[in-house]
This record gives sequence, C-alpha cells and structure tokens, in this order.
Amino acid sequence: MSGPSNFQPKSALLQWTERRLPILGLMHSSFVAYPTPRNLNYWWTFGGILSFCLGVQIITGIVLAMHYTPTVAGAFESVEHIMRDVNYGWLLRNMHASGASMFFIAVYIHMFRGLYYGSYKEPREILWILGVIIFLLMMATAFMGYVLPWGQMSFWGATVITNLFSAIPGIGPKVVEFLWGGYSVDQPTLQRFFSLHYLLPFMIAGVVVLHVWALHEVGQNNPAGIDVKSDKDTLPFTPYATAKDSFAMVCFMILFAWFVFYIPNYLGHADNYIPANPLQTPTHIVPEWYFLPFYAILRAIPSKLGGVIAMFASIAVLAFLPWLDRAKTRSAKYRPLFKQFFWIFVITCIGLGWLGAKPAEGGYVIASRILTAWYFIHFLVVLPLLSYYEKPSQVPASIAESVLGKQPLATAKAKGSR
Amino acid sequence: MAKSTTMNGEQPTRRDFLYIATGAVGAVGAAAAAWPLISQMNPDASVQALASTEVDLTPVAEGQIITVKWRGKPVFIAHRTKKEIEEAKATQLRDLPDPQPDEARVKKGKEQWLVLVGVCTHLGCVPLGHQGDYKGFFCPCHGSHYDTSGRIRKGPAPSNLEVPPYEFATDTMVRIG
Repeated sequence: MSGPSNFQPKSALLQWTERRLPILGLMHSSFVAYPTPRNLNYWWTFGGILSFCLGVQIITGIVLAMHYTPTVAGAFESVEHIMRDVNYGWLLRNMHASGASMFFIAVYIHMFRGLYYGSYKEPREILWILGVIIFLLMMATAFMGYVLPWGQMSFWGATVITNLFSAIPGIGPKVVEFLWGGYSVDQPTLQRFFSLHYLLPFMIAGVVVLHVWALHEVGQNNPAGIDVKSDKDTLPFTPYATAKDSFAMVCFMILFAWFVFYIPNYLGHADNYIPANPLQTPTHIVPEWYFLPFYAILRAIPSKLGGVIAMFASIAVLAFLPWLDRAKTRSAKYRPLFKQFFWIFVITCIGLGWLGAKPAEGGYVIASRILTAWYFIHFLVVLPLLSYYEKPSQVPASIAESVLGKQPLATAKAKGSR
Repeated sequence: MAKSTTMNGEQPTRRDFLYIATGAVGAVGAAAAAWPLISQMNPDASVQALASTEVDLTPVAEGQIITVKWRGKPVFIAHRTKKEIEEAKATQLRDLPDPQPDEARVKKGKEQWLVLVGVCTHLGCVPLGHQGDYKGFFCPCHGSHYDTSGRIRKGPAPSNLEVPPYEFATDTMVRIG
C-alpha cells in the first residue's frame, strides 16, 4: 500500500508465490517497512485498537448468530438461552455487547485525536471522510444490533429512531412503513435488522481497507502536525509502531475484560431485560451511551423536522471539517486559541451526552439548547474565524527536531550512547 | 474514441448514439432488476390483510381509557367524562398548533367516546392517559402534551393524535379499521 517493495522472501516456494501474487510484499511494505513518524504518541494506537474491536465484534457476532432466533416470539428467549445454556454463551454475548461500547470509546478517542492534531487537513481530507463514513456505518450497525434482543429499550429505540424518517415532508410516513415492512415495528423489522446487522460489519471492513489505503498513500499525521521531510523523521513500522500498538492494545484489553467480567450490564439499560411490549412505552427512553450527545441535539430543537435535521447535520458537519478549518498549522500544539476551543468543544460533547440521558424538561432543555448551539458554532463560526485571526506559535523545522531538540541529530545520538 | 465524440466540436456520430443507447438500456435493466429487491421491503400481503378489530364498549366505565391493538399499534378508546368533553369543546381553535374542533374528532351523538391511535405523532411512543398539562395524554419520551380530545397543545409533536377509521356497529360495539 505504499509503493513498490524490495521485499524478497528467502524460500524458493515463497519466491514462486510472490512472483504470482505479491501479497507478502504488500504486507511487508504496509506493516513492517512502512515508515512511521518517530514522534507518534499513544493517541496514535487507537487505529490498531479499532481493528481489534471490529475483529472481536465480527467473530463473536458470527458465533452468536448460530444461537440467536430473529423472531418476535423467540428473540428475547434465545438471548437468555445464550446467556444460560450455550457453552460460554454468557462470555460471547458479554463480549459482543460490551465490545460495542469499547468500539465506540475507541472511535471517539480516535476522532478527538484527529480533531486535536488536525489530521483532517490537506492532504488527508478523503482519509477523514472515509472515517466519517465508517462512523456512520458503526452507528447504523450498533443501532440495529441493539434491537435484536427485543427488550423494551430495543423495541422503543427502534420505534423512535425509525420514526425520525417520518419527519421527511410528504413521503415520510411511506418511508417509515418501508423501513418497518408493516405499520409498526414488528416481525419484518426485526428480521431485516438482523440481516443488515450481519451485513454492515463487512461493509465497515471494506471501508476500513480504503481508510488504511488512503492513510498509507498520504502518510500518518503526527503530534507536531508537520510533514515527513527526511528519513531522520521516521522509524519502521515494525518493531516500533507494532510494539507500541501491541502494548496499548493489551492495556485496552484489560479495560475491555473489566467490563466483560465484572460489570457487563453497566453500560446497558435494565429495561432491556423486560420483553418488548408494543402497547407500553418505558417512562424514560434512553439510547445507548454512545448516541446520547446526538439524542440531546435531537431533543433540543422544539420542532420535529428541525430536531431530525439538526441531529443528522451534527454528524454531516464533520465531513466538511477540512474546508471549515482552513488554518495551515495542523497540530493544536502550535495553535494556542484552537487548543482552548478544542477543550471547550470536548466539554460540550460530554455535556450533551450527560443531558441526553436526562428527561426532556426544564433546565435540561435550556442547557441542551445552549450546548447544541455551541456545537454548531464551534464548527461553523469558531473554526473558520480562527483560520484567519489566530496567530500560531513557532512550528519545529522537522519531526526529528520536535523530538530531539535543536541540536543536530549526530550529537543527540552521541549523547544517547554515552 | 476522442475523434468521434462531440468534444472536438463535431456532430454526434452513430457511435455516440450507440454508447448512449446501450447505457440507457443497461440503466433501465439495472433499475428493473433492483425493483423487486426494493419492493420486498414494503408491507407484505399478510401484513396488509390484518383484519379490523371489534371492541365491546360495555365494560368501559366513564373516565376510563382502554388500549386495544390494531395493525400492531395501540388504539386508545377513552370514555370521556362530561368535564373532559366540555374542556375539549371550550378550547379556542387559535390556541391549537394543529387546529381541529372536537366535533371533527368524535362521532356525532357519541361525544363521550374518543378513539385514537395511541402513537405520539412525534417519534412514535405510546402516550400516557390522564396526564400532562391538559389532563389528556402525555408522551414521556420527549414531553408532548395532548388535551382531552387528543390534540397537541405543547411539546415537539407536530400534529394531533390520529383518529383511526372506525364506526359503531351497534350502540356498544365499535369496529376499528
């Protein structure tokens, strides 16, 4: 994925294969010899962690599908059957359910890292947009997966989210019936959601390939936000990035295991252990935690169509980010004002998430409106203005200099060996 | 190919026509092939054939709201009290986001019976009876308040609770659908 490789396998058999399908060379140039900026910090390990998450979800998901029944009468019971009867079913289901949350924790860190270090800027626009597409696919997959256990939150979450499309003027109600395959969320809805929930992860995997391809074409961004200028600025992917990624991944697995083994239901909702009842809505419908900021934006707007538009716009605006923030300096390290606004934005998102879990009344609504307004102001007003008015601080001349200081590389090496 | 296209300012050639015609037939073919794949998503015959529901009203006491299932959705049948009917009638149309008189939402001579699809017009939750600021219906999901005629008064819902097609088969028997 990064130009021709001079990789030559030693064995005659592999040389024979390599001449016909240069897959080892592709792997070697992508994940062994691939030059990575030498200043990458641990925030850069989340790409690998996300691949791991996708793998876990696909593997546990395929196995769960061997025991799950996508029918209105059987879905809830089959999930309990997995939990109680199937060998290690409890483990597989907890991994899959907690795995979804882990996936979103990792993707949000990955996205905020991109925001902080300006990873969306020229020449990484397409890389960034592919990431936004992956995020959208993840949201669709997670939403449909949450419907499958057919508990109260599954059913009413599905009802509320599919009804978002009824806000489309004119054809809205027809679109919703089309999505449902009926006049309410029912058997056809559950069955198609199961089918699509199985399909989408493979589409995510496909877009991930494009994402990595684009990444290896333009090269990784780095904490200094400056381009690689010489070989001194880079280190080979293996062993440097491989070791760092592996260590971070193991730390992440500890967190993952803590959720799976000790608090598997912590991020879920108790109401989803009540079988779906189409005649009774739970008093407080809340989506899974990773959707809460967007849910807060939906509820903040006092109009149905307006709320739906604002919610979709809050994600769509990300795709336009490379053209909203025109500042030449990438990294927030050298953008004193942007850095402050970045942290205000992080607090805004966390605040929206907190408000999304609160009932839609009184002070919560007012706070949601203020934060929703700020969310859009950040992208549509603050970032374009900063591009013109902010005076960035001195950016180091090279990546090597940002790591080793001003002294020439030779002396730095000599000092290290003393 | 460049020679034969209009990019050189020449007239469209026979080859241009064939390209466009082939492309057009291919597009029609692709659309025709996609149609069944898309159409299968719509409600199928068995779902559409769901029969109408008949409900005996004799056990429903004044002030009581019952919920029955019709087409997979909840339908409220409210036996309204005199006070509730008067409140619904006394409401000025200009106070309503979706103006509709109470008479248009009930059958003449049967004003005590209010029949509604129990689905909030905002995002489809089931509202709770005898609750909210207007003592009609209140949707707990996003805070829409409906009055004793099921009309939206406050909150994000855009329109009144839907009145399903129904008729009185006898004095005490209602047929929905």
